[in-house]
Amino acid sequence: MKNSIGRFVPQQFKPFVSSSDYNNHKRKLIDEKKRTDGFTMLQSVSDMFDKLNITDGMTLSFHHHLRNGDFVLNAVAEEIKRRDIKNLKLAPSSIFPSNAILVELMENGNVTDIYTDYVNGPVAEAISKGKLKGMCVMHTHGGRPMAIESGELHIDVAILATPTVDAKGNGTGFIGKSACGSMGYAESDLRYADKVVLVTDNMVDSIESPQLDGSYVDYVLKVDAIGDPNGIVSGTTRITKDPVGLKIARDTTALLDELGMIKEGLSMQTGAGGTSLAVAYYVKQRMLEKGIRGSFASGGITGYFTDMLEENLFDELFDVQCFDLKAVQSIGKNPRHHAMSGSRYANPFDDNVVDKLDFVILGATEIDLDFNVNVTTDSHGKIMGGSGGHSDTAHGAKVTVITTNLIKSRLPIIKEKVTTVTTPGEDVDVLVTERGIAINPRRTDLLEKVKNSKLPVFTMQQLLEKAHSITGQPDTLKLSDQPVGVVVYRDGTVIDTLYKTN
Amino acid sequence: MKRAIAGSLESNDVLITVKESNCLNITVKSIVYDFFHREIEKVIRDTLAELGIDKIDVVCEDKGALDYTIKARLLVAIARMEGQK
Repeated sequence: MKNSIGRFVPQQFKPFVSSSDYNNHKRKLIDEKKRTDGFTMLQSVSDMFDKLNITDGMTLSFHHHLRNGDFVLNAVAEEIKRRDIKNLKLAPSSIFPSNAILVELMENGNVTDIYTDYVNGPVAEAISKGKLKGMCVMHTHGGRPMAIESGELHIDVAILATPTVDAKGNGTGFIGKSACGSMGYAESDLRYADKVVLVTDNMVDSIESPQLDGSYVDYVLKVDAIGDPNGIVSGTTRITKDPVGLKIARDTTALLDELGMIKEGLSMQTGAGGTSLAVAYYVKQRMLEKGIRGSFASGGITGYFTDMLEENLFDELFDVQCFDLKAVQSIGKNPRHHAMSGSRYANPFDDNVVDKLDFVILGATEIDLDFNVNVTTDSHGKIMGGSGGHSDTAHGAKVTVITTNLIKSRLPIIKEKVTTVTTPGEDVDVLVTERGIAINPRRTDLLEKVKNSKLPVFTMQQLLEKAHSITGQPDTLKLSDQPVGVVVYRDGTVIDTLYKTN
Repeated sequence: MKRAIAGSLESNDVLITVKESNCLNITVKSIVYDFFHREIEKVIRDTLAELGIDKIDVVCEDKGALDYTIKARLLVAIARMEGQK
C-alpha cells in the first residue's frame, strides 16, 4: 500500500493522508493509572524485576532526559540479559550511543521491537542492519504521547530515571546531583503505564511543585547514580564559528525580518545546533535594535534562551527538555521558565505549544523538490536520527524554516526525492542555504512579501542545479525492499518505511 | 620505490598516495563512493592523462572532496614523488 505522498506502507499500519488529517479524528484517551495507596521501595534492579514480574513479551518504557549519560536503561538491559527474558518491546523516548548494550539484546531475541522518537549510534546501525526480529517504530515527540494516551502504545512498566524523589513519590529533574531540568517526555508514561517505577539517586522529604506527580508512582528504587552528569547536559552550547553557518544564520534572520516575523510578541523555537543558535543570536540582536519583546520561546531550551528571558526579551519559556547546564539552573529558579509535558508541547490533540509558534528553525539531512525533509536516515537509508519534534513544530509554526549547507562533504542536501520522509513538504515553508533561499510555492503569501527584497531567492530546482554544478550529478541508490521499521507521523499514520541496509 | 602523499583525511578533503609502478592502478575509497565513485575515478584518470602518465599506483582516500580538490592533491602528490631523488 502507498500513502498520499507515494511512499510504501507495510500492511499492518495506517497510511499517511495529510498533516492536518488529525482534525478529522477524535482524541482517544485510556484511563489514567492513578494509585490511592502509597508506593513501595525496591531494593535493587533485580528486586524490581521480581516484584513487577517483568517477563517475556512485555513493553518497558524509558525517557531520554539523561541523554548520553543515562545509566538506568543500561542497568535494566543488563538485568534483561542476565535473566534472558525474551521478546520484549522497548519504548525509550530516544536512544543514544551509550545504549549500545541494546544491540546484544536485539541479536539474542531479548528485544524484538523498539518504539522511539530518535536513535543514533550503534543501536541505529544494528536496526538498519535488520537485527530486530520485529520493527523499529519511530514516533515524533508529540506523536509518542498521543500513542500512549490512546492505548496504541501500551506500556506494561515505565522505568523513569528521576533526579530527585520525595517521600510522597513525587519527582523532579530540577535538583539533585543528576539534575536534568524539565522531564517533559516522562509525563505520558507516568500517567498511562500499567506500573510506574521511579529510579533515583537523591531522596528528599518533599519537593515544591514537582513535575512528576507521586500519585501515579507504584515503586521507587534508590541507586548510587542514575547517570553521569557529564553526559546528561552539555556544559555549554555554543553558536557556530563556521562562516558558512553564520552566513546562513544572518540570511535567515534577514528573511524573517523581511517576512515581518521579528515583531512585538513573537514566539519562536530553534534547535540546539550551532547554526540554529546563531539564528537565535542574530534574532536577539534584531529584537534589541527594534526594542521589541517576544511572548515565548519553546522546545529544548538552551542558555541562549534563558539569557533572553532574563533580559526580558521573552515573557515566558516553555521547556520540555533542558539542553545545557544554564537551562537546568534557570528552570528551578525563574518562575517564567516553565516545564511542560511532551503532550502539552506537541501532541496534535492537546492544547499544544507548537500550534502557537510564529516560526521555527529546523535542520535537514536531505530536502527534496517537494520540500519533504529527511532527518531520520542518511542518504544510504541508514538510520541516524529521527523526527524528535521536527514534524510537530513544522506543522504548528506559522513559518517553518530549514537551515542547512547546500552541500555537505560533496553530497548535495537537495534531492529530487529524499531517501526517507520525516516531515511532509506541505509543512515546510522555506529553505535557507549559503547559496540561496527557496520558498515553498504553496506559500504565495511569503513569496509576495519577499518579491521586492534583495534576498537571494531561487526555486528549489534552481538550488538543486546549483548544487549539482559544484558536486557533479550523484548516482541514485536503490534501497532494499526489506522493511526494518516505519516513520510514524504525529497522528499515528505511516509517512515512510525504513529499509534494511548493508 | 618512490612514494608521496598529499592532502588529509579532514572532511571535504582527500588523501592521495602515489607510488611508482609498472602499470596503472587506481584505488578509490570514499565516504560518497556510492554516489560519486565514477566521477572521482574520472578526475584522476583525466589528470593523469593531462600529465601523460600511464603507469602509476594511485590510492585515493576521499572524505567528500570536490573534483578540483582531488585534482590539486593528485598534482601535488605526483610533483612530490617526482621531486624525490
